[in-house]
Amino acid sequence: MKASPTPAATAPLIEVHGLAKEYGSGGSVFRALRGVDLVVGRGEFVAIMGPSGSGKSTLMNLLGCLDTPTAGTYRYEGIAVEGLDNDQRSMLRRHALGFVFQGFNLLGRTSSLDNVALPLIYRGFSRGERRSRAAAALESVGLADKLASLPGELSGGQQQRVAIARAIVTEPVTLFADEPTGNLDSASTAGIMELIVHLNRNRGITVLMVTHDEQVAASAGRRVTIRDGLIESDHRRP
Amino acid sequence: MYWNAFAIALQEIARNRTRAFLTVLGIFIAVAAIVTMVTLGEGATLAVKAQIASLGSNLLTLRPGAGFGNRASSAGVPSFTEEDAATLGEQVSGIALVAPVGTVSLGTIHQHNARVSTVVGTTPDYFGINRWKLAEGRFLNAADQRDGGAVCVIGETVRRELFGDADPVGSRIRIGRASCEVVGLLAAKGQAGMGDQDDTLILPLSALQRRLVGRTSRHDINQISISARDGTDSLALIAEITRILRVRRHLRPDQDNDFNLFDTRQIAETLGATTQLMTLLLGAVAGVSLVVGGIGIMNIMLVSVAERTREIGIRLAIGATAREVLLQFLVEAVTLSCIGGLIGIFLTLGLCVGLARVIQVPFHFNAGINLLAFLFSAGVGVAFGFAPARRAARLNPIDALRHE
Ligand SMILES: Nc1ncnc2c1ncn2[C@@H]1O[C@H](COP(=O)(O)OP(=O)(O)OP(=O)(O)O)[C@@H](O)[C@H]1O
Ligand SMILES: [Mg+2]
Repeated sequence: MKASPTPAATAPLIEVHGLAKEYGSGGSVFRALRGVDLVVGRGEFVAIMGPSGSGKSTLMNLLGCLDTPTAGTYRYEGIAVEGLDNDQRSMLRRHALGFVFQGFNLLGRTSSLDNVALPLIYRGFSRGERRSRAAAALESVGLADKLASLPGELSGGQQQRVAIARAIVTEPVTLFADEPTGNLDSASTAGIMELIVHLNRNRGITVLMVTHDEQVAASAGRRVTIRDGLIESDHRRP
Repeated sequence: MYWNAFAIALQEIARNRTRAFLTVLGIFIAVAAIVTMVTLGEGATLAVKAQIASLGSNLLTLRPGAGFGNRASSAGVPSFTEEDAATLGEQVSGIALVAPVGTVSLGTIHQHNARVSTVVGTTPDYFGINRWKLAEGRFLNAADQRDGGAVCVIGETVRRELFGDADPVGSRIRIGRASCEVVGLLAAKGQAGMGDQDDTLILPLSALQRRLVGRTSRHDINQISISARDGTDSLALIAEITRILRVRRHLRPDQDNDFNLFDTRQIAETLGATTQLMTLLLGAVAGVSLVVGGIGIMNIMLVSVAERTREIGIRLAIGATAREVLLQFLVEAVTLSCIGGLIGIFLTLGLCVGLARVIQVPFHFNAGINLLAFLFSAGVGVAFGFAPARRAARLNPIDALRHE
């Protein structure tokens, strides 16, 4: 497996065909995704929309290699993800993917700095390097003065910024954000969106973002709508 | 990767001081319970064994009267004579040493100190039979016995009460109406479950007879002390002694014995069995402590499973491999278990040294049980710290994150 992103010139970044996910087993199987085809190119900003329960999070988890599909193929930079074992998928997450959860998922009783530095430990950075990179990432999300704060001492918007800093500190190729502003007020939402747009435009990070917010979706260059586990529409902004 | 796991583990321990403390405490308590129990128990067992040994295992004591001790009914029963003792010594091949003993309670005085002591008149073999050792001076000898010299040997308790801190050997004490030179001090034996053996004052039998009691009868020997030869069959020995004494005391076949024989070997066997039972009991208690301690450790570990499962989900999601997460948890569990185990052993051994002194049993270090307690507690700590982590690390990251 390739550790660093060296894409085949023509291969799209993300390419899925017939992706399906079933929950449960035996008589009560629920088909959350029923054959999704999607191609995302490098540097795109894709907003994923759709009603609640339509399968948006399920799709994001599969694309982010946090979950395994029931059927279908998934190529990331030309690599067949369904053929990777757990460790190889960990490596893919470690080196190429960043994930922002709707529910933050920060380590409790751990400072912002240590939370953001966490992914760097697994990439083998020295302690000093980890601290300086984590501090820089927190600064870039506007939390330079909250390095020592614990998650419990931060507002929801600030916690989400810490989570974004954690996702981008490793300089991922792709950022998956599942309703990053779902829990936030409009002021915080605007700040977070500005940040994500900035990451996409100025750092060239490919972004896939789930949102219910039309205004938020407007920042994206492409809008994919999902309904009942299938892609309903896929529009690029002219 | 190994260094990494270690660093992360220490960071996690520092982050969760309460959990770390409780884990260490659980292991500490388990180890402490086992080590205290076994260390003090073995000390007590050793103390009992030492007392048995100090009694002598082949000592027989003959007394007039039918019962023994408080139940003795010696009223109207004649005491023994010196000839009885001598005859037994000559005729019974299983007897190594024999000593006739006459006792009398008399006031004893040295300077300002006075007390009533049990005064023993006997022959020099008495010291060998009872395994006395000297702290100072000399034992009584055949010349003292022949001359009826006014000399005596005293036990530690008598020395303490009459002399305080002064050196007794060479001083004179008043015993009843006679004045007597102290020529020897016996080494202390301590309590032996049979009264204070050190509360004794011994002088030649001839001196007791001539100087202290007005002798009215040859029957003035109220005890005969005998030590058996090693390897003698004690039942046969008792039978032979009984047969000879019955003849000498003119008992008809239909009459019961009017004397009794007290054999320390029987006592030793009884006490030995008791000690064995005690050891077994301690083993059982230690076993229960192990289980209770183990369950305590298990609880502490299991309480944090939900939180730790989510932590594992986060670590997996940001790119940790299952192996890295497991290594971290293993290092954490081993570190905490070892800290708890080692503190447990060292604090408890310190405590045991003190406790042993207070309850007066020897301190006995048993490396095996310490190691066992440590390995078991640490093993439980590691197993229960590690098992939930192993389950969680196998999950898809998203399932670990969703764990309630
Ligand atoms: N672990 C699971 N077990 C069983 N069913 C699940 C599981 N996760 C999701 N589902 C079901 O799959 C469907 C899609 O869920 P998903 O979380 O992808 O929806 P969503 O589009 O993200 O909705 P929302 O906008 O509310 O977050 C839902 O009907 C949900 O009940
Ligand atoms: Mg969702």
